[in-house]
Amino acid sequence: MPTTSRYARDVAVVAFAQSDHRRRSDELSEVEMVMPVLHQVLDRTGLKAGEIGFTCSGSSDYLAGRAFSFTMTLDGVGAWPPISESHVEMDGAWALYEAWVKIQTGEADTALVYSYGKSSPGSVRDVLTRQLDPYYLAPLWPDSVALAALQAQALIDAGETDEAGLAAIGARSRAAAGANPHAQLRGDAVAPGDYQVRPLRTGDCPPIGDGAAAVVLAAGDTARRLCARPAWITGIDHRIEAHGLGLRDLTDSPSTRIAAEHAGVFDAPVDTAELHAPFSSQEVVLRKALRLDGEGVAVNPSGGALAANPMMAAGLIRIGEAAARIHRGESDRAVAHATSGPCLQQNLVAVLEGEPA
Amino acid sequence: MTRTGKEPVAVVGIGQTKHVAARHDVSIAGLVREAAVRALADAELTWADIDAVVIGKAPDFFEGVMMPELYLADALGAVGKPMLRVHTAGSVGGSTALVASNLVAARVHRTVLTLAFEKQSESNAMWGLSLPVPFQQPLLAGAGGFFAPHVRAYMRRTGAPDAVGSLVAYKDRRNALKNPYAHLHEHDITLEKVQASPMLWDPIRYSETCPSSDGACAMVLTDRAGAARSQKPPAWVHGGAMRSEPTLFAGKDFVSPQAGKDCAADVYRQAGITDPRREIDAVEMYVPFSWYEPMWLENLGFAQEGEGWKLTEAGVTELDGDLPVNPSGGVLSTNPIGASGMIRFAEAALQVRGQAGEHQVQGARRAMGHAYGGGAQFFAMWLVGAEPPAS
Repeated sequence: MPTTSRYARDVAVVAFAQSDHRRRSDELSEVEMVMPVLHQVLDRTGLKAGEIGFTCSGSSDYLAGRAFSFTMTLDGVGAWPPISESHVEMDGAWALYEAWVKIQTGEADTALVYSYGKSSPGSVRDVLTRQLDPYYLAPLWPDSVALAALQAQALIDAGETDEAGLAAIGARSRAAAGANPHAQLRGDAVAPGDYQVRPLRTGDCPPIGDGAAAVVLAAGDTARRLCARPAWITGIDHRIEAHGLGLRDLTDSPSTRIAAEHAGVFDAPVDTAELHAPFSSQEVVLRKALRLDGEGVAVNPSGGALAANPMMAAGLIRIGEAAARIHRGESDRAVAHATSGPCLQQNLVAVLEGEPA
Repeated sequence: MTRTGKEPVAVVGIGQTKHVAARHDVSIAGLVREAAVRALADAELTWADIDAVVIGKAPDFFEGVMMPELYLADALGAVGKPMLRVHTAGSVGGSTALVASNLVAARVHRTVLTLAFEKQSESNAMWGLSLPVPFQQPLLAGAGGFFAPHVRAYMRRTGAPDAVGSLVAYKDRRNALKNPYAHLHEHDITLEKVQASPMLWDPIRYSETCPSSDGACAMVLTDRAGAARSQKPPAWVHGGAMRSEPTLFAGKDFVSPQAGKDCAADVYRQAGITDPRREIDAVEMYVPFSWYEPMWLENLGFAQEGEGWKLTEAGVTELDGDLPVNPSGGVLSTNPIGASGMIRFAEAALQVRGQAGEHQVQGARRAMGHAYGGGAQFFAMWLVGAEPPAS
C-alpha cells in the first residue's frame, strides 16, 4: 500500500511501452505507428482491449494536418465491441490524468492511455506558432525555439545559469540516453553546435521526431495482480499559467510548484525525476520549482526530451519512464513532469511510489 | 482511508451566448467569457469559487488555433488552476461535461467550470472537415455527404415515408422561436417551405440541415455541499457515459450504431431507468440532419427498431407531445459544433430546473442530453433529474 494516498482509490501505472523515436516515419501511418505500442503494453499485463475499463488518448490535429485525426487511430485500438473512451487534445500525460479521475470515480478498475505525434510531415517550429494568441501573437509567427530562447536569456540575465551550464545539461541528457534503446539522440551524438536562436545552440534544443507511447493504469488489487511492483500514483496535479509571456516571470514556474505541492512532491525525498524539458534551459527552471538541487536524485535518466521529444507523447513518456524504474526496482519514489504551451505555460506533476521490497 | 461511492454532482449554473452566424463583435476569448460569466452569475458564484476548468471544442482547424485552451486560460479565470481540454469530435460538448462531472464525482475537485465553444465564422466548417488523407475515405464534402447514405439506409430499412424529415425540421425550427439563445429564428417557417427548400445531399434538404453558428455554452458543476448553498434548484446528474467504436469496419451499423445503444443502456442502468419512453420527460438529442431524430429514437431505446419515425409522425416528439425532443430547437436551429453537445446537456438541465422559459416542458423531472460525433462512432450522454440521486 502506498503510505501517502489522499484519494478514494489507490491507482498505479502497471505497464509502459513506447516506440523507437525517429526523425521521420514516412512509411507508417499514425495507426501503424501506434498499434505495436498498444499491443506491447497490453501484452505486458495480459489484458485484451475489451477487458480495459476506460481508454483515453492524447494527440493534436495540427500535427496530423487534418480535423478529427484521432478518429482513425481509435481503429488501431480495436474498439469493438464498443469501449468507454475519451480523448484530450493535449499531451498524453493529461489523458492519463483523465483516466486516473475515471478510476477514482469507481466506474473503471483499469485504463489504457496512449498518445502519439508525427512531427515529420511539417515544420513543427511553424506549426507550434499556431497555438499562440491568434490575434496579437500568432500573426508574428514567433517560433517555439525563439520563445524558448527568450526564456533562456532571461535565466542567464538573472544569473541562474550560463551557456556552459546549459550545454552540460544537453550533454548529460544525451549521454544518459545511451542506455535508452528508444531514444532518438543517444550517447555523444550531439555537440553543443551552432546557435539556433541565441543563446540556444543545437545541443540545447530537442530533436524533432515521430513517436508513440502507452500506459496501463489499474486500481488496488487489480494492479497487484497485473504487476509485480506497481508504480502507485500517490499524487497528481496540473496547473496552467497566463498565456502572455509578458505576464510571466520566465525564470520561474509557479504552476509546476503549485502542482508539486498538491501532488505531495515535497512530503518526502524523491530518487528519480523525469522532467519534460524540451530545452536545456527549461530543466533549470523545473529543477528550481521542484527543489531538485540535492544529491541522490537521478534527473532524466532516460535522456529526457532532449534525447527524444515526440510531440503529445513526450510528457506521457516521462510518467512511463519513471514508472518503469519503479517496476524494475531502480526507484522507490519518483516525480514525473509534463508540460504544454510556450515556455512551460502548463505543467503536470505526478508522484510515483513503489512498495518497500 | 478509502471513501466508497461517488459524490453526487449537481448543475447549479448555466450560461449560453446568443448563437448567431458570426460574432464579429467579440474575439474567441470574449465569446467564451460571455458564456462563463453567465454561468457563474446563474450559480451566484465568482471566479474564486471555481477549482478547475474543463474546456471542449471540435477541431482546432475551425478557428485555426492549435490547442486554444492555452490562449484562453486567462479569459476563463484558469490561471493557477487545473485546465483540461477535451476533444471527441461532434460529441465533445457532452464528453467535456462528463469529464468535468467526473472530477466532482471522484472528489478531486468540488466546483468545476465546464465550457464548450465554436466560432465557426472564423473558417468554413464544411471544408475544415474535408482535408484529404491518402488511402483513407474522405469525408465527402462535409458531414452531410457522409451521413446522407445512412439516412437512405434508414428509410429503406424501415419504410419511413419521405415527409418525416421535414416534420422534424419544421418542429425544431418552431421550437427555436421560443428559445432566445437559438441561432435560427425563422418566424415565417411553414412545413411547405421546408419541403420546398433545395436538395443538398439527397434526401437531406437545405432546411433539414443545421446552420453554422458562433457560440459557447458553460455550466458550473458542484458537489452536494455546493448544491445545498445554491439559491436556485439544481439539476442532479443521475447517469453519464461515453462509448466509442471504430470509424469504418465491415460489421458497423451506421443506422443504429452499437456504441449508441450501449451508451444509453449504461446511462439508464446508472439512473435506474427501465422504460425510457415513460420515465424520461424530455430529450435533447444531437440531430444535425432532421432524419436523425427517428434514427436516434430507436438507437436510444425510445422506440422499437423500425418504429422511430412513427413517433415523429404522430407528434409524440412535439413540444406538447408525450416525449418532447429538442424543445430548445436543437442542433437543427443552433450548431456551434464544439458547443452543440454541451448545449444538449445544459438544455436537459434547464428543463429539470424548470428554467427553460417559453420552451419549458411542463413538469419535467428527468431529462436526457445526448451527443454524437465522428462517423457516428463517439457517443456521450447524461440523464439529469430534479431530485438528488437515490444512493
